[in-house]
Amino acid sequence: MARNVTPQRKAINTVIAWAAGLLIFFPILWTILTSFKTEAQAISSPPVFLFFDWTLENYAVVQERSNYMRFLWNSVIIAGGSTVLGVLIAIPAAWSMAFVPSRRTKDILMWMLSTKMLPAVGVLYPIYLICIELGILDSRAALVVVLMLINLPIIVWMLYTYFKEIPGEILEAARMDGASLKAEILYVLTPMAVPGIASTMLLNFILAWNEAFWTLNLTAAKAAPLTAFIASYSSPEGLFYAKLSAASTMAIAPILILGWFSQKQLVRGLTFGAVK
Amino acid sequence: MTFKIRTLMGAAAVCAIAAAANAQTTVTIATVNNGDMIRMQGLTEDFTAQNPDITLEWVTLEENVLRQRVTQDIASKGGQFDVLTIGTYEVPIWGKQGWLVSLNDLPAEWDADDILPAIRNGLTVDGELYAAPFYGESSMVMYRKDLMEKAGLEMPEAPTWDFIKEAAAAMTDKDAEVYGICLRGKAGWGENMAFLTAMGNSFGAKWFDEEWTAQFDSEAWANTLNFYMDLMTNYGPPGASTNGFNENLSLFQQGKCGMWIDATVAASFVTNPADSTVADQVGFALAPDNGLGKRGNWLWAWSLAIPAGSDATDAAKKFVAWATSKEYTALVAENEGWANVPPGTRTSLYENPEYAQVPFAKMTLDSINSADPTNPTIDPVPYTGVQFVAIPEFAGIATTVGQEFSAALAGQQTVEQALEKAQALTTEEMEAAGY
Repeated sequence: MARNVTPQRKAINTVIAWAAGLLIFFPILWTILTSFKTEAQAISSPPVFLFFDWTLENYAVVQERSNYMRFLWNSVIIAGGSTVLGVLIAIPAAWSMAFVPSRRTKDILMWMLSTKMLPAVGVLYPIYLICIELGILDSRAALVVVLMLINLPIIVWMLYTYFKEIPGEILEAARMDGASLKAEILYVLTPMAVPGIASTMLLNFILAWNEAFWTLNLTAAKAAPLTAFIASYSSPEGLFYAKLSAASTMAIAPILILGWFSQKQLVRGLTFGAVK
Repeated sequence: MTFKIRTLMGAAAVCAIAAAANAQTTVTIATVNNGDMIRMQGLTEDFTAQNPDITLEWVTLEENVLRQRVTQDIASKGGQFDVLTIGTYEVPIWGKQGWLVSLNDLPAEWDADDILPAIRNGLTVDGELYAAPFYGESSMVMYRKDLMEKAGLEMPEAPTWDFIKEAAAAMTDKDAEVYGICLRGKAGWGENMAFLTAMGNSFGAKWFDEEWTAQFDSEAWANTLNFYMDLMTNYGPPGASTNGFNENLSLFQQGKCGMWIDATVAASFVTNPADSTVADQVGFALAPDNGLGKRGNWLWAWSLAIPAGSDATDAAKKFVAWATSKEYTALVAENEGWANVPPGTRTSLYENPEYAQVPFAKMTLDSINSADPTNPTIDPVPYTGVQFVAIPEFAGIATTVGQEFSAALAGQQTVEQALEKAQALTTEEMEAAGY
């Protein structure tokens, strides 16, 4: 039975929700605002919020100094490639764990997750040396594989949770109708899990887009994505906060827009299976 | 037949184009994000016009990220970079390890003898020059002439620490948010420890004695740190334990600091009317001393070096020679004016009458000349480096010591406790490293 909500209560809830949302969004908003200030306004005390002479100068400087499109393209390839590769590997893995569980399935899932608990820097040198040996340092291929491996436990876990919600009887029925394993996964399971797969892919894409440790350490000039683009504007000797903010805004804009348009899908996927 | 000939000619043309493409050498340059380096990137057309067979690729990173990336690459022979931007801390260590290519064979017109002796010494190991200085810096006192006049004081060209304290007290007006002195407090070997190590030199303090025994239990270190705490707690800005170069630059530009002792490179920022509200009121003086024979200033040079694993050594040398040449200096002066020329590397620059008119030129040169990296302290020490000790372990140890000193400035512990911990952890780390 639905709870009775008075208009006052509803208004209070709305205000609280907006306040929480704004609080979380504030650092991004501040970055965007700073990108339109001059360097002097960016550091002025007390800080100026909205009433300043808006300027596009920082964007012009950043455009002139850096090849933004090259960084953007690298980010798209690396985040997209690692996501697609990760999902291709994770779907069969999650299928087997959800529908053909063994005594060790839970342990395997926990073990996969435990790899996320290792600090990334702990395996930096081994991976760096492997990349040198294979001649793939500063290549998009190396980052696609590394980021896929980093995010694979999360993808498997998310897909496993979604698959568990799908009644096994439907798959059994498909099998009885003569569907092969491939047909069962491709034509029966996957279409039913589309919301889950889509939100998993979106989340993984965002994680890969924002990943800064590996993308900074394994790239130089050729494969550097937008994280390296931002890092190139950070300076401990010199106040370049407005330019840094412009670079950051340009780096987060694509993913912000993607998140905005896909938020319904994302929320639906993330809450999928929450109500039993 | 005609078809065959055409095919062969076509194939030959493709091969010729491919060969021409192969002849193109790519030089990947790892660099930091600062005004001088960015300016150089904007002027590289001059180099590529002279060397059409060389393509330049830039990797610009934040200083600490760059240091970590470059160290990782050079130690594992990753070969990702052909030119590295490194400082006077790395050059002696890496040169000794055989990680850098000697630059003794740069062309005669590059004129190695024109490099300022203090800078050249810091980049030379066993007679081999391992890096070409792009710009050099020391530290000095930047002060507000108007506040000094209001306080009825006159800044000498070479002040003492006692005078600095007297001036800081006279200029402080906390109600008006004007603080007598702004100094680095943020923890880090290149942050508060760069300042405190250099300051310690002028108080007779040193990191190690000749047997590599840590010296934080000495009276000289207690004097240094007590004086620093006294200055900062009474006349410094609030929250100084988190202030680094940029935070102090911001405070000074907004007129909140009476004095600021920091890198000479800051002079061009604080005198730039576009960003600084006090641009026309800034005076310069040498870093203070205590009459013991050493001043509290440091020496640093961002320099270009070539890693031993580079496969484009010859092209990289051409680039390094161009970027650090007298001709490059003239090119910057022509395009951007003399105030924007990379300072602190060549004697000829300071003999140039046009450069002499830049307000901070003389003080920068005097500051650099008064620092001696091979003989940094009052007592003899087994190490080189003014604001650092040129051993690989230093960065890690000094950052931890810096955290202790920063905690003392934040009021979380006393000076005695901070020094005790510094002594214990330095001794432990040095013993573990086999000293």
